[in-house]
Amino acid sequence: MTGAIDIPVAHAAPRIEASQPPLLEVRDLSLSFAAGRGALPITRKVSFSIAPGERVGLVGESGCGKTVTGLSLLRLLPAQSARIQGDILFNGTNLATLSPRQMRAVRGREIAMIFQEPMSALDPVFTVGDQISEAYRIHFPVSRAEGRARSIDALREVGIPAPERRCDEYPHQLSGGMRQRVMIAMALICKPKLLVADEPTTALDVTVQAQITDLLRSLSERTGTALIFITHDLGVVAETCTRMITMYAGEVVEDAPVDDVLMRPRHPYTSGLLRSRPGLSQRRGVLASIPGRVPSPSAMPPGCRFRARCPHAMAGCEQDQPMIGVEASRTVRCWRAPDLELQGAVT
Amino acid sequence: MLNSSRLRIIGRRLLQAIPVVVLSTFIVFGLLKLVPGDVAVTLAGDNASDQRIAEIRELYGLNQPFFLQYGSWLWKAAHGDLSSSLISNEAVLTSIQRCLPHTLLIVALALFTAMLIGIPLGIAAATKPGSWIDGFVMAIASLGVAVPNFWLGMLLVAFFSLQLNWLPATGAVSLMKDPWASLSHAILPAVALASGGIAEVARQLRSSLVEILSSQQVRTLHAKGLPPSAILWRHGLKNVSVNLLTVVSLLANRMLAATVVVEAVFAIPGMGGLIVNGAMNRDFPVVQGVVFTMVLIVVTLNLLTDILYSVLDPRISS
Repeated sequence: MTGAIDIPVAHAAPRIEASQPPLLEVRDLSLSFAAGRGALPITRKVSFSIAPGERVGLVGESGCGKTVTGLSLLRLLPAQSARIQGDILFNGTNLATLSPRQMRAVRGREIAMIFQEPMSALDPVFTVGDQISEAYRIHFPVSRAEGRARSIDALREVGIPAPERRCDEYPHQLSGGMRQRVMIAMALICKPKLLVADEPTTALDVTVQAQITDLLRSLSERTGTALIFITHDLGVVAETCTRMITMYAGEVVEDAPVDDVLMRPRHPYTSGLLRSRPGLSQRRGVLASIPGRVPSPSAMPPGCRFRARCPHAMAGCEQDQPMIGVEASRTVRCWRAPDLELQGAVT
Repeated sequence: MLNSSRLRIIGRRLLQAIPVVVLSTFIVFGLLKLVPGDVAVTLAGDNASDQRIAEIRELYGLNQPFFLQYGSWLWKAAHGDLSSSLISNEAVLTSIQRCLPHTLLIVALALFTAMLIGIPLGIAAATKPGSWIDGFVMAIASLGVAVPNFWLGMLLVAFFSLQLNWLPATGAVSLMKDPWASLSHAILPAVALASGGIAEVARQLRSSLVEILSSQQVRTLHAKGLPPSAILWRHGLKNVSVNLLTVVSLLANRMLAATVVVEAVFAIPGMGGLIVNGAMNRDFPVVQGVVFTMVLIVVTLNLLTDILYSVLDPRISS
């Protein structure tokens, strides 16, 4: 957790004009992995859209499908075992139907990604300068010297001191936070329109986490790069993002502006997540938790997937649950949402 | 390439080599004394009197205490004198100078063949794991490990020399005198020696490459938009080069030993023949000299490997 804050600082969220076409529109994205003779469904009909420059948190517990959803945007899942259905519209182009060659032109150039473990995500036998420069030179035909100059600039941009020297160092010579900065420099060097950050702070020290989060937010604000921040850390989402998409057991269950959802979640699962956070004001007593466990992907119940753990479940929850609009720019996958008064993190 | 930390490694490894040389020659010397038979009896010839044998023992210092004999050999060896053969009276160093090039040529050629065939096979298998080509390569690899190299040697001679008459069946020619004839004599023994090596290089390269290609660092390369060819040739191979080096260096050590048998099959006057004859006759200066030379070669190879490690992988220093 990034400093156990109780009340997140609300950043002025630029409300996106309804008329502006989305940068990314994911429609009914279902993923499954080949397992034996059949296929194991991982996510079901995930739909959301991201406006240009928007910063969206994709949250949920481990195994809810948030990481594979992020990877599928760049089509980085192993082609032999992963099956993707649905549309990934990026600036009007359906990424799901592109050829491998066309897809490579999008990766790094239009959509970039950073990962959880910067040490294992970087190549240990190449200098960081080589790796950053390579990311640029794949997409732009520039000389080696120009590539190096640009990677030094990129390192300076992400706040690495003495970039001329660091450029020639290897990943193992850098600290964890520095490595993640290198990953960010590498991801942003082609000025992509969207950055997918998959739990970029999970593997880092607490003090460094906040620095990386701040860096991502300020770079996104400055360059207008949209950000999908995949995390289970709601504090990070509160500080960084303008919108939050909650996933549960492979489905999107809530999609709402961050300030609204923190104050007043509309899905019982989101409310449970928010209440399960340790806070400064709550020094004693038992930390709230959600009873039960996530159903296994091979035995997913019909209807609401959360209902076995939900304190508000009743007859009718076993029916198929569509996403319903509850307020302007908010949707939730719970037919009871209009009647429920749920507790948030900010009271 | 030769910075101060690497020079330190070299110095340290050379110091470590001293006990290795002493210990290995001491053990071989001890073994020679343990096995039955007496070189003095051989030297004295048929129907020699006990007195004659005793004189010969006296002459060659064979009646001295064990440690004294070993000590005097070691002292001379340390000064570059490997003594002379008790049987032929030829200086051991001269014999080695005559035999070593044949052995080195076969081992070098076998190592080269193992990499030339093993590396492409390993890459082909690793880029399409589970495909027919992967299965084919793995089948060849299993066969290569299973087939004894002396038997393969005999098959090669039967087919390529006796049947097709393409290459000479036995013997060796100095590389300096006639390079072409020298190579044509070395090809079959080298291939026989290489068969297990091809298999091992292919298998090891395949498994380490498959691991790298499915790693998180390679996922990052895909996310950058790098084509699979660049991922394999630029990043994949550089990352597995350390593993490959380990395999090849172990292989070189083992081939230096396995060449004894292959040389016997092809009647090559190399180090193998030298040490076998020496051991048969209890001609200990010859045996000691060969062991001493081979240990030096292995120690040098291992030192070279260690230096190459730090060149290939920046994480390995001092």
